[in-house]
Amino acid sequence: MANADATPVLELSGIGKEFGAIRALHGVDMHVMPGEVVGLMGDNGAGKSTLVKIIAGNFRPSHGEIRFAGKAVHFSRPVDARAVGIEVVYQDLALSDNLTAAANVFLGRELKRKFGPIALLDHKAMAARALELFGELRSETRPDDLVKQMSGGQRQAVAIARTRLSNARLVMMDEPTAAISVRQVEQVLGLIHRLKEQGVAVMLISHRMPDVFAVCDRVIVMRRGEKRADKPIHETSPEEVTALITGAKEAA
Amino acid sequence: MAMPMESPVMFSNVGKTKWWQRGIFASQTGYVLLALAVLLVIMHFASPYFFTEGNIQNVAKNFSFIAIATLGVTFVIITGGIDLSVGSMMCFSAMITSMVMTELSAPGSPAGALFVHMAADGKTVVANLPGLILLVSILAGLGVALIAGLVNGFCIAVLGLSPFVTTLGMLSIVRGLGYVVSNGRGSFPGGPDADRFYALTSGDVLGVPVPFIYLIVLALAMAVVLHHTSFGRHVFALGGNEKAAELTGIPVVRVKIEVYVLCALAAGLQGIIISGWLGSAPANMATSYELNVIAAAVIGGANLAGGIGGPLGAIVGCVLLEVIRNGLVLAQVSSYWQQTLVGVIIILAVLVDRIRSRMN
Repeated sequence: MANADATPVLELSGIGKEFGAIRALHGVDMHVMPGEVVGLMGDNGAGKSTLVKIIAGNFRPSHGEIRFAGKAVHFSRPVDARAVGIEVVYQDLALSDNLTAAANVFLGRELKRKFGPIALLDHKAMAARALELFGELRSETRPDDLVKQMSGGQRQAVAIARTRLSNARLVMMDEPTAAISVRQVEQVLGLIHRLKEQGVAVMLISHRMPDVFAVCDRVIVMRRGEKRADKPIHETSPEEVTALITGAKEAA
Repeated sequence: MAMPMESPVMFSNVGKTKWWQRGIFASQTGYVLLALAVLLVIMHFASPYFFTEGNIQNVAKNFSFIAIATLGVTFVIITGGIDLSVGSMMCFSAMITSMVMTELSAPGSPAGALFVHMAADGKTVVANLPGLILLVSILAGLGVALIAGLVNGFCIAVLGLSPFVTTLGMLSIVRGLGYVVSNGRGSFPGGPDADRFYALTSGDVLGVPVPFIYLIVLALAMAVVLHHTSFGRHVFALGGNEKAAELTGIPVVRVKIEVYVLCALAAGLQGIIISGWLGSAPANMATSYELNVIAAAVIGGANLAGGIGGPLGAIVGCVLLEVIRNGLVLAQVSSYWQQTLVGVIIILAVLVDRIRSRMN
């Protein structure tokens, strides 16, 4: 891993995005190292979501370049981003309530067994692999339970297990702790630590200051479409970050 | 990248769901099945004729006449859509099938010359290849259903129109086309393959009506497709959370088009079978059958909000409707009550399910 540590998994240079006359992003440079957890903070309309959508392949940037693991990449669809190893855990988790945990983990990439010309789902293998993933994430989640019966923390585990399936190298999490209980927040932060342990880079998009300071190595603050700060977490404080988000402090 | 598990996963705070609280026992299909069983017992005591062989054959035949289309519409309902055009589709497919059959059986016509010739007596029409006319005409009937299903699917999945409006339009379009091609008179299966056609659609094998056999085969196939193929999984995912399905890379547009095509084909096949039983395909055939079909699916537990449904529910819904109809006849209650009762049952079935899910 020593070699991989030297190259950032994701590197953005001069990223800008215009929607008609509106400049949503301007000149954003940033990088994320393997196994690093980066917090992305900013008020509503600061450009966080636009940035995430550009990295995830939902939008194409108007300016600038994206490099993934050292190579320049151009995404025209989310599938392209996923193909190189970028996974997004969406705020609403993108789970189908009426399916089991294992079915959700494998949604769109089901394991199958061939019976002559017919390919049937391999339920056993999927359940076993899902259980393995939940074990890695130390989550008490049973593969055969329906997602609609699960707690917020378990649902997060299902959404995160999905990213582990493809051995993603960068996982972006959009507000994973926004609507869940205190105990479940602990679980989700634990899940982020598990990803980090396994050398996965994580970008955490969050409004919750305590969570960012609990789990991130570095924090990036966006304001009015520009990057205003990019600091290791131990060199800053919640007060400073708040000042940067609100504009009380222009840049750091 | 997989890490060895340091400790096995333990479930200390959650118990396993009890068997009677999961699967079929916790579904509307289960409750309706139970209600059906009770109803059958009541019928047995209420009328000595109910469990006679003739009556059971009759019931089996009658519910098979809407159940195949119900299987098709269940696919659509699971994805969260609706197809109102099934009634018209039944009529149109049946009409095209019998018109093509008649056309190909006319020895004088250019098309007919390929398929039939006159026998030596100068009166009897003989098929060049027995069964070929039947095959071609059924394929023609299913072909028009396929096209209508593709149009439905294209409008809904690609153009983003609402399923309700699109299929309401298709209901009218297809019914209208039926009147146009037949000039409002309907059509009759004819020619040398007509007997074969009747045997295939309204005959029986060892006392079992053939429509019932088709139904069982198709229902089993549907169960396998829904629960053991990735297409089936995607159908459920689409109904559960369409946005999630899209984000996880499921080909949403293709799956949607496929369910509407499947539904149209099921309706077409159903129409062809009904016309065999009727002996003709009148232009007003299967009018408002879409309501019976959707009602049966909903009674059987398919959820119009999407994500829930299956072949067993579709069949149970159809059987329940038919047993009630049959029961009212045997009990000599005015058959006009039937529709009212069906409405009450639709609401009751959904109500019981709602009460159950509130209690959990």
